[in-house]
Amino acid sequence: MTSTSAADTAAPTGDRWRAVRPLLAAAFWLAVWQLAALALHQEILLVSPVRVLARLAELVPTADFWATVGRTTGRITTGFVAAAVVGVMLAAASAGSRAVEALVKPLVTTIRSTPVVSFIILVLIWASSDKLAAIISFLMALPIVHANVLAGIRQRDPKLLEVATVFAVPWRRRLLAIDVPAVLPYFVAGCRTGVGLAWKSGIAAEVIGLPSGSIGEQLYQAKILLSSADLFAWTVVIVLVASLFERVVVSGLSLLERRVSAGMSGGVDAGVAP
Amino acid sequence: MIGLRAVTKRYGDRVVLDAFDLALDDGAVTALLGANGSGKTTVGRLLLGLVAPDVGAVEGVAGLRRAAQFQENRLCEQLSAVGNVRLVLGRAVPVAEVVAALRAVGLDDESVAKPVHALSGGQRRRVALVRALLPEAELVVLDEPFTGVDTAAKALSLAWAAQRLVGRTALLITHDEAEAAALGARVVRLAGRDAAGRPAAECDGGSSDLDPPV
Repeated sequence: MTSTSAADTAAPTGDRWRAVRPLLAAAFWLAVWQLAALALHQEILLVSPVRVLARLAELVPTADFWATVGRTTGRITTGFVAAAVVGVMLAAASAGSRAVEALVKPLVTTIRSTPVVSFIILVLIWASSDKLAAIISFLMALPIVHANVLAGIRQRDPKLLEVATVFAVPWRRRLLAIDVPAVLPYFVAGCRTGVGLAWKSGIAAEVIGLPSGSIGEQLYQAKILLSSADLFAWTVVIVLVASLFERVVVSGLSLLERRVSAGMSGGVDAGVAP
Repeated sequence: MIGLRAVTKRYGDRVVLDAFDLALDDGAVTALLGANGSGKTTVGRLLLGLVAPDVGAVEGVAGLRRAAQFQENRLCEQLSAVGNVRLVLGRAVPVAEVVAALRAVGLDDESVAKPVHALSGGQRRRVALVRALLPEAELVVLDEPFTGVDTAAKALSLAWAAQRLVGRTALLITHDEAEAAALGARVVRLAGRDAAGRPAAECDGGSSDLDPPV
């Protein structure tokens, strides 16, 4: 064995340590939690992680659980996707017309600065609790996507836009070759923030609006039954599902971003590349 | 007749052009020579319709198909050389023709297909040249077209450009009289500033070798 091979084996060990470290930290805090619960011995005040895990094990195999997760995910996804689409359209319209921008700006600013609970109660008066979570997720994600995309449109290279003007490049080709590559990173950043907001506000809306068979309703049940185990178990579910959802959205968008920045996006490829 | 009539252009307090006249020869290359800051690029931008004159008029450009090689390359970084040229050409011109043009200015098969951000400065300059000269434009503006292009590649590019410019109305902005001569251009000189700090009037001559330097 030479010193080189010793170094070779040392490097993966270091990598493994780096991967294990956060798990160890998590295990430490779980242990602190477990000990605290044991010491307190009051399940209503502080349920133990073992008890939460046991409750999760009861919940997960039931069809009801998956139906509940599915309904809530569906509502929040609907709200978020609508926010992404409308946000892009409003940003494009705002960038294209000063009148539209003047009209849209106060609307978006108002939505952004209004407390989410005010919207939840207002929307409950206007719409059924079934649509509540989707509408609230939409309202919370919309200003973020709109602001980011508008910033992206404003940051396009004016020199490239002049090229398009001089050569009279048709708008569709210009969109794919100049506009989309410039705006996409801003859109991805907006979606990343927006998706997290959509989940947090959507669940809050469900807890207040109580659409039947939703995660929010389960949280509310846990509250009236003073069941800390249920509250913690459903919270774990929300965190896992929301982060999975965020990961899917972000990785899907970054794949698109990579393809566009490599000049391989379907449209651009077909339009201009060999 | 394409040209500028009695054009004055200011940027803030700075007078770039003062009652400036220029007439481009129809179907021929007109070269605009002058020192840095004498307003050459502004003349090009006026003709391309990218800036408007403060006083005077830009004539004969309405509805023209235009093409330009800007002072900077202004390429879409994520696209290949071929992609950048086809962006302004559309699908009417076959890929083979675009590749042939890029090869004529000295780009090899590999560089033609790579995203342009992977190309050298001189290669990128030539992609911008091909993008400006391949479309069938009625007015072409070339702003320092060979900056950063090495001697061998410049010879190829000049030959190709001269061939593409036959019979076309074009403005060549340059420091280099040899370049103007190689492209068969009539030379117009834009003077620098006079004692008062204003741009001096241009000296419009017949050909480059008869023109005294200003």
